[in-house]
Amino acid sequence: MSIDMAQFHQVFFEESFEGLDIMETGLLNLDMGDVDAEDINTIFRAAHSIKGGSGTFGFTAVSDFTHVMETLLDEMRDGRRQVTQPAVDVLLGSVDCLKEMLTAIQGEQEVDVARVAEYKKALEVELNGGESEQAVTDEPSEPSTIESNTDNVTNGKNIWRIAFSPHTNLLKTGNDPVRMFRELGLLGELTTTVDFQGVPDFYDLDPEECHLSWELELISDVPESDINDIFDWVEDECDLAIQRINSEVETDTSAFTEEQVKEETPLSSPKEVKTESSKKDIAPAEKPIKKVAAKSAAKTSSSIRVDTAKIDTLINMVGELVITQSMLSLVGEQFEMNKLDQLKNGLSQLDRHTRELQESVMNIRMLPISFVFSRFPRLVHDLSSKLDKKIELVMVGEHTEVDKTVVELLSDPLVHLVRNSLDHGIEMPADRVAAGKPETGTITLEAYHRGGNIVIEVKDDGKGLNKDVLRTKAIEKGLIDEDANLSDKQTYELIFMAGFSTAEKLTDVSGRGVGMDVVRRNIQSLGGNIEIISELGKGSTIAIHLPLTLAIMDGQSIAVGDERFIIPLGSIIESINIKESMINRVAGRGETFRLRDEYLPIIRMHEIFDVKTAQATKLTEGLVVVVDGQGMRCGLFIDDLLGQQQVVIKSLEANYRKVEGVSGATILGDGSVALILDIPGLVRLSNQ
Amino acid sequence: MAEEAENIEAELTEEKKLENLVQFLSFTLGDEEYGVDILRVQEIRSWEPVSRIPNVPSYEKGVVNLRGAIVPIIDLRERFGLGHLEYSPLTVVVVLQTVTDLGQTRTMGVVVDSVSDVIDVDKKTIQDAPNFGTKVSTEFINGLASVKDRMVMLLDVEKLLKIDTLDDEDENT
Repeated sequence: MSIDMAQFHQVFFEESFEGLDIMETGLLNLDMGDVDAEDINTIFRAAHSIKGGSGTFGFTAVSDFTHVMETLLDEMRDGRRQVTQPAVDVLLGSVDCLKEMLTAIQGEQEVDVARVAEYKKALEVELNGGESEQAVTDEPSEPSTIESNTDNVTNGKNIWRIAFSPHTNLLKTGNDPVRMFRELGLLGELTTTVDFQGVPDFYDLDPEECHLSWELELISDVPESDINDIFDWVEDECDLAIQRINSEVETDTSAFTEEQVKEETPLSSPKEVKTESSKKDIAPAEKPIKKVAAKSAAKTSSSIRVDTAKIDTLINMVGELVITQSMLSLVGEQFEMNKLDQLKNGLSQLDRHTRELQESVMNIRMLPISFVFSRFPRLVHDLSSKLDKKIELVMVGEHTEVDKTVVELLSDPLVHLVRNSLDHGIEMPADRVAAGKPETGTITLEAYHRGGNIVIEVKDDGKGLNKDVLRTKAIEKGLIDEDANLSDKQTYELIFMAGFSTAEKLTDVSGRGVGMDVVRRNIQSLGGNIEIISELGKGSTIAIHLPLTLAIMDGQSIAVGDERFIIPLGSIIESINIKESMINRVAGRGETFRLRDEYLPIIRMHEIFDVKTAQATKLTEGLVVVVDGQGMRCGLFIDDLLGQQQVVIKSLEANYRKVEGVSGATILGDGSVALILDIPGLVRLSNQ
Repeated sequence: MAEEAENIEAELTEEKKLENLVQFLSFTLGDEEYGVDILRVQEIRSWEPVSRIPNVPSYEKGVVNLRGAIVPIIDLRERFGLGHLEYSPLTVVVVLQTVTDLGQTRTMGVVVDSVSDVIDVDKKTIQDAPNFGTKVSTEFINGLASVKDRMVMLLDVEKLLKIDTLDDEDENT
């Protein structure tokens, strides 16, 4: 009997992507100087489980690839290998590559074999190179300093091949090969190949003896004498051969590949120290990933991972509820008036438990905002190096919990905002220094609860928004009139208009003027709003306010005739009885009333919803509820306010369709259905 | 022996017949008799007051709470232009469901005068809906069946439940 493995694939992919995220975060957090073994361990574990999983499911390409990564990480974990930036960059590139492979497999597409091979090679190079370094670690010297500078290669250089095999007593005389290599490195581009075949077993190893020999390649325009000068001190304690290979070297550094190193190498099994090949491999990984990710986006799973603690609370809650229920049914079985207190107690308990149960059920859907935030370190890392900017990302309140739907829908707008801050907000390092600011810009992502809302802020200490520029641009594009009188807030909000962009030139990062309007629309569709605070030269803050959950909200039920509607409590400003003197008519029809210094339009609910049973048809008879819908204020004319209650939002569209002016429906205490009003929609409806 | 063979043969033909048989729930609207595929019927309820939806055609009566789901109620009489009949406790709501292309179930209640019977119809005997041109809209009618000399119009539930598209069409015309 065979088990259908396909049913587990989804879980595997989810876990793998999670693992990749962990690896990425871990790698980005690695501090070169002071590496925490636990960090490496975390990365290693993630790689290990991906390898295991992919092996089980027969994704051999993935498991082979991860195996190489794992070997590298294993050595780092055991301290056999130094953690270097190039190595980390190669690993990051590999994470990208793995992500690509997995997405391809998930989408049942072809894996880009060439790309995988490329990364695998980079890994292997790093792995082999590292091994030779590891041999050097046995020596009382710092091997990671054997690095060469790759820059400043000009025409007319020679390749010098230096065979350097020191005698065992070299170190005892106070000479350190590393120092000499460092000096050689200053002369030009240096590649070192170490042969540690001579290293004896660990037990026989005298740490003060040097058993290594080196094959060095130097691309430089210095004469032979300069090289000889460096080895001057150790001439008697080593075998040295300096040889010029060819006189002209191509300027392109990438042409200097490992083939050249291998070529004519006299040593029997040389290991290449090649540290510089990795960096440029990393950047191009971004684009293809995006492409594949976009394709598979439609296949997103709808499962959710829940903390066991949350489930336990839930089970406890249900237990309590059952107890209360049985208590109540006992009271109800033989009810007498003297049991009234008991009944009341039971009911209030029931009320409490139901509320708690509701809260903990809602809690299950809550995810920490770090699910969204976690992708930003990488984004900032990649983009800032692409833009040549120095940017530090600070994240505050990642543990703030939000509803899963909100989390999912929030990520795209946030990416957009952060990209904007990176590209337009933070200035180039030189400009920052000139402006008297620290060279490194800071972008802060902050999430916190305020009232029933969650607030997410994207803050940068960049150049801020220039009101004058915004204004001129808007006039230029014909978005506003030349003599329009705009408040600061209104001016900033110009950036949310479609087609608005102040960037002088387009980059592939941002500046096309599409996006901010989409961002705002997305946020508004979540029932939130977005605001900008900015100070020229100091930076800008974009704050997103969102409801905690989309499933339950506080509502005010109102009556129009014999129909009940719910107004979202958050959009109600006040309710008033209006007097005849407050009413003004525009062209005899459009009704407005004056509320303090403002004239607000009146929307007669019974008219636009065609309620025939409405009791109040004269404005002075009913009530006017002043509501705010996306910045538009108006008065809703209704019969009566009924009461406030928490309402569970039900979709009308599931079985029916969208109705203008209505955002959803809910079920009232008596089991009947009440429609939830959509204020902006109502305003639109009344304007038709 | 021959008798036995006959029996088997009879059984076989019976089976064959069953294969082609489709069951319909028939109900009346005025003098007319309609049928819907019985597998599409979720339940039959009596009429209860609905919550009106504003600014929709009058045949869309409103929505009700059906065990936590918001379900629209359509008056088929009005939908087919047969005039309105006062609702009484005896008025029947047939709750129909269908699966959309996206795999979601959509549920809708239709108000009918009364439910009459469950009828077996041989697929082969279903006749195409007659074409009356634009005079009479037959878009919801899948075909006609004859049961005990009565004509039953078989409705296409999928089309009936596609409220959005219907209204888009209405708006366009």
